[in-house]
Amino acid sequence: MSESDGKKGQSSRVAMPEQDPKVRARNFLEVPTGYTVKMAQEEASRCLQCKKPGCVEGCPVGVDIPGFIDLIAHGDFTGAIRNLWRKNALPAVCGRVCPQESQCEGKCIVGKKGQPVAIGNLERFCADYEREHGQGELPPKAGPTGKRVAVVGSGPSGLTVAGDLIVKGHDVTIFEAFHKPGGVLVYGIPEFRLPKAIVAQEVNFLERLGVKIECNAVVGRTVSLDELFEQGYDAIYVGVGAGLPKFMNIPGENLVGILSANEYLTRANLMKAYKYPEVDTPIPRGKNVVVLGAGNVAMDSARTAMRLGAETVKIVYRRSREEMPARHAEIHHAEEEGIELCLLTNPTRYLGDANGRLTGMECLRMELGEPDSSGRRRPVAVKGSEFEIACDLCIVAVGSGANPLLTSETPDMKLNKWGNVVADERNGKTSKKAVWAGGDIVTGAATVILAMGAGRAAANSMHDYLTLGW
Amino acid sequence: MFTIVKREEMSQGTVILNEIEAPLIARKAKPGQFVILKANEDGERIPLTMADTNPEKGTITIIYMVVGKSTALFRDLKVGEGYQDVIGPLGKPTHLEKVGKVVCVGGGTGVAVLHPITRGLKEVGNHVTCIIGARNKGLLILEEQMKAASHELKVCTDDGSYGHHGFVTEVLREVLKAGDIKLAVAIGPVPMMKAVSAITKEFNVETLVSLNPIMVDGTGMCGGCRVTVGGETKFACVDGPEFDGHKVDYDELILRLRAYQEDERSSHSHYCNLRDAK
Repeated sequence: MSESDGKKGQSSRVAMPEQDPKVRARNFLEVPTGYTVKMAQEEASRCLQCKKPGCVEGCPVGVDIPGFIDLIAHGDFTGAIRNLWRKNALPAVCGRVCPQESQCEGKCIVGKKGQPVAIGNLERFCADYEREHGQGELPPKAGPTGKRVAVVGSGPSGLTVAGDLIVKGHDVTIFEAFHKPGGVLVYGIPEFRLPKAIVAQEVNFLERLGVKIECNAVVGRTVSLDELFEQGYDAIYVGVGAGLPKFMNIPGENLVGILSANEYLTRANLMKAYKYPEVDTPIPRGKNVVVLGAGNVAMDSARTAMRLGAETVKIVYRRSREEMPARHAEIHHAEEEGIELCLLTNPTRYLGDANGRLTGMECLRMELGEPDSSGRRRPVAVKGSEFEIACDLCIVAVGSGANPLLTSETPDMKLNKWGNVVADERNGKTSKKAVWAGGDIVTGAATVILAMGAGRAAANSMHDYLTLGW
Repeated sequence: MFTIVKREEMSQGTVILNEIEAPLIARKAKPGQFVILKANEDGERIPLTMADTNPEKGTITIIYMVVGKSTALFRDLKVGEGYQDVIGPLGKPTHLEKVGKVVCVGGGTGVAVLHPITRGLKEVGNHVTCIIGARNKGLLILEEQMKAASHELKVCTDDGSYGHHGFVTEVLREVLKAGDIKLAVAIGPVPMMKAVSAITKEFNVETLVSLNPIMVDGTGMCGGCRVTVGGETKFACVDGPEFDGHKVDYDELILRLRAYQEDERSSHSHYCNLRDAK
């Protein structure tokens, strides 16, 4: 099947075609365009079908990776997607946004000598193939148990819980505060990395399985957890995500033209402001844009700014390249698109004009000193190194704290000192009876797949509770 | 969909009242809280503080001035039609407590927001004096309702076409001079709230203002609604919308409210041209 004549595992990885950087830096279409059937089968044939597969250990939701890859290699794409669905309700999402390099692909034996099997690309292929060619057949579902489950938040962990419990026969309703389901998958991750039509498809898959979704329902305001129990829900999962955006706390932060990444990305993604004035929500279009922070959200913000017509986009980060928390692929994509990295640079204050609009920021150069509590070398300011960066838009992507909206209305649920919900790491149980929690509201800002892993663990525990008791 | 069951035009058609079916929100809402409304699929999320609620009927009432494209779109919705999305109740409710004599000051559509708060303050046993104002008699809203919600109502018009000739601040000063006022509540255009707060500060009277900055989600997630209160950054959506009027940085708020002025102007005229062409 493989085009190369070499032995299994020694051929090079089949690259997924991508839009040209110059073209894509100005549009919102997806960057990698997907494998063809031939490419997928060729890549699948590189898998060694290990007896003790490291890749499965590396997967937070334990997908049967050799199994679905073998089905692709043999051309059974329907079988492959069914195999994926057994462990993962959101394969089209995970294939695109999981940090495979530090999970499944990081443990791939083929990767020890050469490039690992492109597990993420193959997962995406299966989901895309099913979307385009599938018969819409649903996985088998257990008979009704008569138990009702409320899931608060429709992000990756909530969707996972809903998907797991609906096939076990429970009656599941998701409550979403926004007007559209998907959580961070719709408001946070940009269209060019995860097309919203794909998220809608994954959500629709759950609805076809019988999951009910109530949008515009702010649990903690519109309805409380205790009221949900009064309404007859037997168990509740809290997956409300990270909430409050962090700012730098430096002078001038409330000038017009300084936005949290949450606001900027929500305008662009959920509200589709990149289509303004075709849609009604505006978004500031900076000429010279600075993004503060160096995680995936910072990369998403910078790449969005470029697509909205910026002349220059700079990522300002106080540490060095090695410490950047973003995935390598995201940093690589950003640089290819012309985004500049200003490393070892720390802003000290914002500068504005008489109309209260941002005109620039003052920064200090940094150098790396001794390791700090995080084990990374602490950046230390270089004396007298002040300099200015001119900019008319600044996006602050330095993390999020816990949103108190639900937790402040639920005094009997224990929180840690940062306001995150305290939940048992193994099963997501909180201190409140019949309430589980997972995802960013428990861990602080993390990844889609870790939230899904927490959702999986909680769903198993909830199922035990619903069938056996607390 | 959230159906409009009643629609009224006020202030010579520049201000619109909508009573909307939203039973879950009506059941929970308290004076001072707001909702976010979105007219259709491509619409903008607009925060508006509720002017009234009817838990039995399951309705909420909003009163808004038509200022941009989104509110123009709202104006075009008829009875029987509705909003695609209404989210709430959001924000902290007004702290209603018996303190004695209270003065409530409202300007423009701020009077609508002031209405349930005034009523609430009266219900808990305060003696409430109300001062409302508008540019002229025709622009005045809710005069009858405010009369019923308070013990004493004073009306001002800038042009003298009705009531006191002049600003609400002049009447407020007289009320404060008469003495014994324990609390002031001021809701209206930012310059009015700023002027009221300056006067009440002279008299050392605690003052509440309700702010309506630009926001997206209304649940603390975007941080677009940040205001400086007493030198600290607060999010109006979760920490407010009511704040100590003596501590708000009004000048910053005025500048932040202008963030999308250019966009709003072009979007509104574009919409009006399209609609008029039909």
